Amino acid sequence: MSTSVPQAPATTQASSADTAKVQKPKRKRRKFSPWGVVAWIVGLGFFFPVFWMVLTAFKQEVDAYTTTPKFFFVPTLDEFKAVFDQGVGTALLNSLFATTVSTILVLALGVPAAFALSLRPVRKTQDALFFFMSTKMLPVVAAIIPLYVIVSNIGLLDNIWALIILYTSMNLPIAVWMMRSFFLEVPGELLEAASLDGASTWRAVREVILPLVSPGIAATALICVIFAWNEFFFAVNLTAVQAQTMPVFLVGFIAGEGLYWAKLCAAATMAALPVVLAGWIAQNKLVRGLSFGAIK
Amino acid sequence: MATITYKNASCIYESSDKLAVDSLNLDIDDGEFVVLVGPSGSGKSTALRMLAGLEDIDEGSIEIGGKDMVGVPSKDRDIAMVFQNYALYPNKTVAENMGFALKLRGVSADERRKKVEEAAKMLDLTEHLDRKPAKLSGGQRQRVAMGRAIVREPQVFCMDEPLSNLDAKLRVQTRTEIAALQRRLGTTTVYVTHDQVEAMTMGDRVAVLRNGKLQQFASPADLYDRPANAFVAGFIGSPAMNLMTAPIVADGVKIGENSTLELERDQLTQLHDAGLKEVTAGVRPEDLELSDSGGIEVIVDLVEDLGSEAYLYTHAGPGVTLVARSLPRAPAKLADTVRLRKQAGGAVHLFNPQTGERIG
Repeated sequence: MSTSVPQAPATTQASSADTAKVQKPKRKRRKFSPWGVVAWIVGLGFFFPVFWMVLTAFKQEVDAYTTTPKFFFVPTLDEFKAVFDQGVGTALLNSLFATTVSTILVLALGVPAAFALSLRPVRKTQDALFFFMSTKMLPVVAAIIPLYVIVSNIGLLDNIWALIILYTSMNLPIAVWMMRSFFLEVPGELLEAASLDGASTWRAVREVILPLVSPGIAATALICVIFAWNEFFFAVNLTAVQAQTMPVFLVGFIAGEGLYWAKLCAAATMAALPVVLAGWIAQNKLVRGLSFGAIK
Repeated sequence: MATITYKNASCIYESSDKLAVDSLNLDIDDGEFVVLVGPSGSGKSTALRMLAGLEDIDEGSIEIGGKDMVGVPSKDRDIAMVFQNYALYPNKTVAENMGFALKLRGVSADERRKKVEEAAKMLDLTEHLDRKPAKLSGGQRQRVAMGRAIVREPQVFCMDEPLSNLDAKLRVQTRTEIAALQRRLGTTTVYVTHDQVEAMTMGDRVAVLRNGKLQQFASPADLYDRPANAFVAGFIGSPAMNLMTAPIVADGVKIGENSTLELERDQLTQLHDAGLKEVTAGVRPEDLELSDSGGIEVIVDLVEDLGSEAYLYTHAGPGVTLVARSLPRAPAKLADTVRLRKQAGGAVHLFNPQTGERIG
């Protein structure tokens, strides 16, 4: 949600090349609009829980859960320290490792597949696409027991590589479908022009096609990162202490006895930070993608 | 620079049983400007793409400079192509677009820049070299596409309707520029268009295609003066030739209720020898004129005054329409009954009504 906020001014910047045209609608936008108010209310409604989480993370445990919510308090890093003491480092590293490796694998396998299925279609392309989609039709709950048995038999229980394999196969169909829609936007003549210019297919793809779809790759990578980072079900069933990931670690704070609101919020803030960072990095690429259609 | 030979070249589209190009035979001389023209679906673009290696040659062969091109990938054919929507690389500047082929060939950066600047000067693109294609106008993009082809100094230029995305005025201007440029460079060129005016004005020779089959391959003047069949007759020339299938009478062809289009004596003999009862007769609008007596009686449906000339759209009977060119400010008015006759020196073309082949 936070990623979509700075995107709006960036779009106006991109189109400000024809300056005279842009200025008029800008003036118009300043007028009062009831939809603007609604948008602000909805936006704040979405933002407030996140804000409250970050705020609570800096409170003492006693201030965290009071009947009259406290807005003013002495900020402290004690809860972060406590979270670190409970071993958030391992979970964080596990999550980072699983997310990064699985995303790289997904892109390495998915981008070529999507290229083949869009710019070089063959007779069974539709069937292949349906096959990719069909892997998402079975609920994971239905597959978890066989998966558990397999993972246990090959000795990968509580091993981060089990999660990497699962996250890769879980995100691959999404990546293929998503990248395919970006490749379909690329006019096929570009490949033909490059091949007439004397480029091999690999060279043409690298120099002509990939720069065009790089916003799509960024978007796909972001989605994969978010899905892998947030994944809970596989992680909770297939890992214990060693390969524990962030979502599983977080749940440990929701305990039956005693209230650990501040610690939970501190851990959650730390869990959210890498994804926000990834979104922020991907954003420049995403915005550039908006001017993509000007070529045809 | 090279000759091009299509030898019974055919292409089958996967989705249909029909041949997109049906045993095409063309002999294109070195340095010649050949235009492939035809209505949509005639296979003209496919024929060009077969030459460029973008479409398979399923039967027969195509030779460039005497070398068989079957199975040779496009990148090794030394062909430059200008696409209908230009296919410029959006992420590269104009200079990079034009120099890409040279870069792939391993030409040094200095020499590349020299050649690109040379071509840019020729095409009036010098000040745009550092821009991206998205920032250029349609005409400029078209020139960049031309420049990309020129810089390479290829054996063959292929152009696939390169003017169809330009507005009418720019199209006429660019048309002459491309033709002049080709004469200057002397590179063998195959040019595809659906516009018969482009075909007539640009080509040394024109190949007319229909349903994947070659109809006629001749100079523009020959196509106009001696069309090989009724299709070519109707396709070349604007407005189109008047074609009517009518019974043969003693001194000509019966048009409408009681008018006759008179024929030459030797034409009548040929018709007699062919043993036909009916014939498809064709007269160009510019070969018809208004007359005071005799000729064909027609009723005027529409007068199109273009300033320098006027066209009368008329009918001589149900289903028999005739277009005639006349002087501007024509005296004829809508719904007038006037008489048309063949001008002195005008020609009547005769075609077999069944096969469409030319008679005589």
